[in-house]
Amino acid sequence: MTLAADAPKESFRLGMLIYDTRYRSITIQVIVLILALLFVAWLVDNTRHNLAIKGKDIDFSFLWRRAGYDIGQTLIPYTNDSTHFRAALVGLVNTIVVAVIASILSTVLGVVLGVLRLSNNWIVSRLIGVYVEMFRNVPLLLWIVLIGTVFSETRPQPKDFKVVEGVSKASMSLWNSVAVTNRSTNIPMPMLDRPLPAVGGIDTSLLFIIALIGGCIWVNRLLLRRARIVQETTGIRPVTWYQSLLVLILPTVAALMAMGFHLEYPVFKGFNFQGGISFDHAFSALTLSLTLYYAAVTAEIVRSGIQAISRGQSEAAFALGLRPGRTMSLIILPQALRVIIPPMISQWLSLTKDTSLGIAVSYLDLRGTLGGITLNQTGRELECMLLMMLIYLILSLIISAFGNLYNASVKLKER
Amino acid sequence: MQTFVRTEMLTPQAPPVTERGVVKWLRENLFSSALNIGLTLLGIATLYYVVTLSLPWLLNGVWTASSLTECRSIIAQNAGPDASGACWAIIHARWYQFIYGFYPPELYWRPVLAFGLLLVALAPILFGDNARNAGLLVSIVSALTILSLFLVNMPMWLFLALSAGLILASYLAYTRLNLLWYLTLLYPFLTVWLLWGGSLWGQVSIMAGFGVLVAAYRLLSPRLGVPIATGIGVVAAVLWWLLLDDKVAEAMQHLIPLAITPIESDKMGGFLLAFIIGVSSISLSLPIGILLALGRQSDMFLVKALSVGFIEFVRGVPLITMLFTASLLLQYFLPPNTNFDLILRVVILVTLFSAAYNAEVVRGGLAALPKGQYEAADALGLDYWQAQRLIIMPQALKVSIPGIVSTFIGLFKDTTLVTFVGLAEPLRGITTIVRADINWKGVYWEPYLFVGAIFFVVCYGMSRYSLYLEGKLRTDHN
Repeated sequence: MTLAADAPKESFRLGMLIYDTRYRSITIQVIVLILALLFVAWLVDNTRHNLAIKGKDIDFSFLWRRAGYDIGQTLIPYTNDSTHFRAALVGLVNTIVVAVIASILSTVLGVVLGVLRLSNNWIVSRLIGVYVEMFRNVPLLLWIVLIGTVFSETRPQPKDFKVVEGVSKASMSLWNSVAVTNRSTNIPMPMLDRPLPAVGGIDTSLLFIIALIGGCIWVNRLLLRRARIVQETTGIRPVTWYQSLLVLILPTVAALMAMGFHLEYPVFKGFNFQGGISFDHAFSALTLSLTLYYAAVTAEIVRSGIQAISRGQSEAAFALGLRPGRTMSLIILPQALRVIIPPMISQWLSLTKDTSLGIAVSYLDLRGTLGGITLNQTGRELECMLLMMLIYLILSLIISAFGNLYNASVKLKER
Repeated sequence: MQTFVRTEMLTPQAPPVTERGVVKWLRENLFSSALNIGLTLLGIATLYYVVTLSLPWLLNGVWTASSLTECRSIIAQNAGPDASGACWAIIHARWYQFIYGFYPPELYWRPVLAFGLLLVALAPILFGDNARNAGLLVSIVSALTILSLFLVNMPMWLFLALSAGLILASYLAYTRLNLLWYLTLLYPFLTVWLLWGGSLWGQVSIMAGFGVLVAAYRLLSPRLGVPIATGIGVVAAVLWWLLLDDKVAEAMQHLIPLAITPIESDKMGGFLLAFIIGVSSISLSLPIGILLALGRQSDMFLVKALSVGFIEFVRGVPLITMLFTASLLLQYFLPPNTNFDLILRVVILVTLFSAAYNAEVVRGGLAALPKGQYEAADALGLDYWQAQRLIIMPQALKVSIPGIVSTFIGLFKDTTLVTFVGLAEPLRGITTIVRADINWKGVYWEPYLFVGAIFFVVCYGMSRYSLYLEGKLRTDHN
């Protein structure tokens, strides 16, 4: 009886580095590593040489020098005596503000449009189709530039609002509450006559109202839960809508009245409007165009998400006797959300990055301050650009991290 | 007793008036419920508002005038003092700047021909298996190109020769479509030559570098295997471009002078520029994107880490910062005194940017393939590249078509951002220049509508083509 001999032990030959799949991947990785290191070394060496030729060095200390320029929209304290670092921070806040507001508005508008586009109503679905295609197929920059131009060129100057002998060239809209000039939009500001005393610089009135609204919502949920228990035991659901309305609205209104809530209207004084809240057109144009453009994109995502749910689901819901509205909210949307959310998150991500297009209307966001005026004033291209890219990168990574967390939580739990 | 048995069918009664024809359609589609009625009324109101606002403006449009004031006086004359009207005269007067930027007017035939040839060269790619569609596309494009060439200034003999060439191309598209692939391969070099001018030998010599690559690969691959042959080929080609390229081109130019008027890059502008950046970035970013996606799916740790790092970095920063990198930072990263064209720098950065997005789309397609496909390819004894080429990519790319096309659309729209590094793209660059003209100060709707309309046509066309392709490639049945 003969046993099959073991395969002959091959001695290692140089050729095996390429032809033997066991070793080839190591060879390739070593080559890639060498090439990558060479490339990086080449870049670093070039940069060192170029900096030496220009007599520059890499130095971030300019961030703590006086910035010396003004920023139109500052949500955290800033004057032109503040540092470049502070200016960059103001810019970052401006970026985030636009990104958050435009994300919320575009999502709300987009969901409504996406659902309406699927409605049976012929005229509405066609109109929304035209809207979506029109906004999706034209560069975002066009909308920003166009809306910015329309604001600044069609609107009257602030001085036209001045009342001379009982007449003015331009008038405010919405019952004399809103004034849109060629520079800014002025809207009324909510004010309190008898605010609660501030504690340690914190606005307690605002906190109180937020807490009150939260409490009302909680009470309302208790009400609804009781109604559901009654329904489950007796089969008859008690009428709750007037109680809900009362609970939700009355306490807040009463508290606001007690604190002396009123609106402070913008009034023309001197050369411009005083009082109220004033939005720069840079901000309005950027937010508005981002909202309109991304609403169209969102509408498409929502539409395809809803269409991805098989028709059997809605037929089954109809067979159970659910009305179309309930079918949508109880059956279709919860399933469609799983399809809709991942692309939505990448939409919010690209919206955040597209706020950098504020450059077209001179909106001073992160790119406008750190990557714009600071860069030009200090001549530190390398440092400013690298810092700016790093900050944008961190913003993006935070958003996608949240996205991944959410995706993991709604993933279908399968055996 | 008599029974009644009906022997013939009664003619069916017509359905009630509410259940047929227009009335039924209206009831079902517009007035089925209170909410629906509300929506319908809202829709009609919106439509009415938009039409009453824009229709008179469009109808009162003026096409020939020399300034905005003249436009307005003509409109006031025709339609009354308070009427609004479009002043299309600005487009009529400056359309060539929107299209060609600052290209010399006597040489307009070069961009026209380049654009016509682009569509001809695309025909085998778009409709490779359908000679009828390809022939239709090529003949329509050829006819339009000949017409456009007739309208611009050019020598008569050249016009006749080019027309003959285009007619031949249309004939070939119907009969022997495969021959057009050669035009597709030559097209990049031909276009660079047509647009920037200079010596033809420069382009020929760059092409020869690719010839060196292919020759080395063909000669060596039977003996040394694919990876080494490709490596040697690439090294040989790079050596050619670095060392011999210029000298060969110069020598040939001395021997047989073949040069046309050179045009500087700063003369490029308008949609010409948008198309240069868009088309070159689109065609370069797809292969790079596929390689990156494969790298990201790779088992090799280092390759994977590098790909992921690159993709995530590029996707994490706005395109605008990449463009500023092209204009501000490349001077630091490249050897001292290298100074190459801004358009080329922008094309490289835009290509890398959209390659990262394409990589993610293709990765999605790869992830959608069942593992059995990979295993089946292994079982057939195919090596990695054969498996990718024959089994994996055809399926993965098919799944990713919608995503790839929407990346392309996004890229084409994003070419407008090059305005921020000082290039004269149509949307902001040219429009700002035109609106700065004292005659046209105060015009804003018309130029933006014009530019927007062209972008819309191109992008909408691309998305329609992607739908067509999806339908054509669908092999499942439902």
